[in-house]
Amino acid sequence: MVPRTTRRSIVALGAGGLALSLALAGCSAGDSDSDGGAVELSFLVDNGESTVSTAEALAEAFHEENPDITITVETRPQGADGDNVVKTRLATGEMADLFQYNSGSLLQALNPDQTLVNIADEAYVDKLDENFIKSVATDNGVYGVPMGQSMAGAMLYNKDIYADLGLEIPESWDDFIANSEAIKEAGVAAPIVQTYGDTWTSQLFVLGDFNNVLAENPDWAEEYTNNEAKYVDQPAFAGFEHLQEAYEAGLFNEDFASATYADGVSMVATGEGAHYPMLTFAASQLATTNPEATDTVGSFPIPGDDASTFGLTVWMPTYTVFVPQSTEGEKLDAAKQFLEFLTTPEACDIQSEANAPQGPFVVEGCELPDDVPAMVSDLQEYFDAGQTNLALEFLSPIKGPALEQITVAVGSGITSAADGAAQYDEDVKKQAQQLGIEGW
Amino acid sequence: MTTATATGRTATGRTATSPPKPGRRKPMKSPYPTWFFIPAGVFYVVLFLVPTIASFYFSLTRWTLFDVEFIGFDNFIRFFQEPQLVTGFINTFIYAFLTSGAKVVFGLLFGVLLSSQIIGRGFLRATIFFPVLVSTIGVGILFKVLMDPFDGPINESLAVLGIEGPAWLTDPSIALLSVALVDIWKGVGLATLIYIAGMVAIPQEYYEAAKVDGAGAWNNFRHITLPLLRPATVTVVLLSLIGGLRSFDLIWAMTGGGPGFTSDVLASVIYKQYQAGFFGLSTAGNVVLFLVVAAIIFPLSWWLNRKEADQ
Repeated sequence: MVPRTTRRSIVALGAGGLALSLALAGCSAGDSDSDGGAVELSFLVDNGESTVSTAEALAEAFHEENPDITITVETRPQGADGDNVVKTRLATGEMADLFQYNSGSLLQALNPDQTLVNIADEAYVDKLDENFIKSVATDNGVYGVPMGQSMAGAMLYNKDIYADLGLEIPESWDDFIANSEAIKEAGVAAPIVQTYGDTWTSQLFVLGDFNNVLAENPDWAEEYTNNEAKYVDQPAFAGFEHLQEAYEAGLFNEDFASATYADGVSMVATGEGAHYPMLTFAASQLATTNPEATDTVGSFPIPGDDASTFGLTVWMPTYTVFVPQSTEGEKLDAAKQFLEFLTTPEACDIQSEANAPQGPFVVEGCELPDDVPAMVSDLQEYFDAGQTNLALEFLSPIKGPALEQITVAVGSGITSAADGAAQYDEDVKKQAQQLGIEGW
Repeated sequence: MTTATATGRTATGRTATSPPKPGRRKPMKSPYPTWFFIPAGVFYVVLFLVPTIASFYFSLTRWTLFDVEFIGFDNFIRFFQEPQLVTGFINTFIYAFLTSGAKVVFGLLFGVLLSSQIIGRGFLRATIFFPVLVSTIGVGILFKVLMDPFDGPINESLAVLGIEGPAWLTDPSIALLSVALVDIWKGVGLATLIYIAGMVAIPQEYYEAAKVDGAGAWNNFRHITLPLLRPATVTVVLLSLIGGLRSFDLIWAMTGGGPGFTSDVLASVIYKQYQAGFFGLSTAGNVVLFLVVAAIIFPLSWWLNRKEADQ
């Protein structure tokens, strides 16, 4: 009888131990899969249709040039869920060999000095635009290479409606409201499209107004980082104020609370909506859903109170490719080779082809094709005239994460502009403390 | 089987009731050696105890997953200053008590209905339980489409009847209630099941005795079914209240806490902070949630069970 009991307990213990060792083995799986000369790299990108197609086109072209390096594209969700995936995988050392993420303040939240491979000494970095380098650098290094073009936070508008009603591009906020009222009166379209079904789209009134903030106070970004300038005060408060004003004037589309980003782009394209404050990366959405309207949808800067400072708020390429520190050895060499490939005119051409361009390239030697959508070619005059400023997220590491909910609340009339701005200042404070910035 | 009886004989109840043997064996001792518990114990400690204790520590830090800085109770102070938090708290309670109450009422009604002799009882029981089996996120996404204010099937059907349906999920004043409605639809099957099980366990003799005394259907229900269903009610209340207090998935799939912050509950506030990378702060939020749930459920459970014991 006695041996029986013992054997059973040994089995029980053994089973427990086996389960535990399986659990531990799960943590280290997928580290080593290189054999000989061939290198296989994984490349994590967001699951946006255009991102995936661009990444795949680039991976394929790169493989043709370097037959022994294969790049497999993996996808992750977009938005805050995707941020989660990236942060968690970086923190656990389980990141893909290459990954696409945002430049600017979102990058800062990844602690690049501790998680990403510094490429400051690579020769190809010299080919990148100075402003772009600022957006992917810390005091200690440079980390990313662009995949895509710069873009603007602009007011997309339907050129047919403007032509029919004989409207002119408004250079001040009052002119803009006057135009919107005229469109409302004519009853042909919703004057301003808002799409809170995708909450992130609600931020443009505030973020896209930043050129006007800087025009008023060129040191605003620095003061903001140093805990001196606040959103509750002018000039930055204007963005919140404009959002509230537009809501109260009843200028939004009827279904603003449930419409999505894709709906918004279609509405401007079909003339159901007249204006849509949006980033010009909407060009790729437009090319997918309404290809016939690429010449109908134009863009102009989001106007501020002062017509003399009319100008664009510019975003550096949001799609930036980084290499995590968990990529080592020959994989690291291959990954760096891919980064270098991204800075060649050939790679730029592939990007223009795979995806409608959204603004000028930030890589030396790269040119846009001739047939760019009107929303992008409209931007050129402001770039040529130097009427541009970088968006705040490239000038300061701090961006409060709750801005999109706050702007939805202000734009839906739930919160007043003043309360919304105050809430956002608190949100910013939280982020600054989390980032360990001095003076908060 | 032979092994089972063999081990049983060495140290179970039978030996316990016999006069204690001289030596190390004491009466009522567990039939298994203590080290049998080690495998389960290791898992419990590694997967539950350590993270729980660690979370109490991390709630007192500013934590980026890379660095940890001890900051005392700042996270809790900040958490309670969150603009969404007051709404979140109120919404959590509204949501939890509303869904829990509705599940008790409807669960009981359906339970009575489905334990009576009606046609297609098996089919109806399966139908009402079915939503419980479906993924919550799937239900959330489905209802988000159904409840679309402009081209959602619900409002289109209402329009046929000449009724203008409300903006279910985008009207700040009813967004939370719409989600609660879906939660009730999804969860009532489980409550019904528990009530059916409770009803089956009531001995028929009571009803026969009552019949002899001339009791009608209402008296049967009021004086036999309802009191004897108390254990089932306790289970339904506790389960649905705990579920409601920490409810997250359905709200996140349907409104994301919006519009603005109007349908935020504690769990979605915490999740958003985690998403934003405020790991210390969201851990503090989880500690608060833990304490709130414990502060409600323990007294409630004690109170409900004491009543039961009194009877």
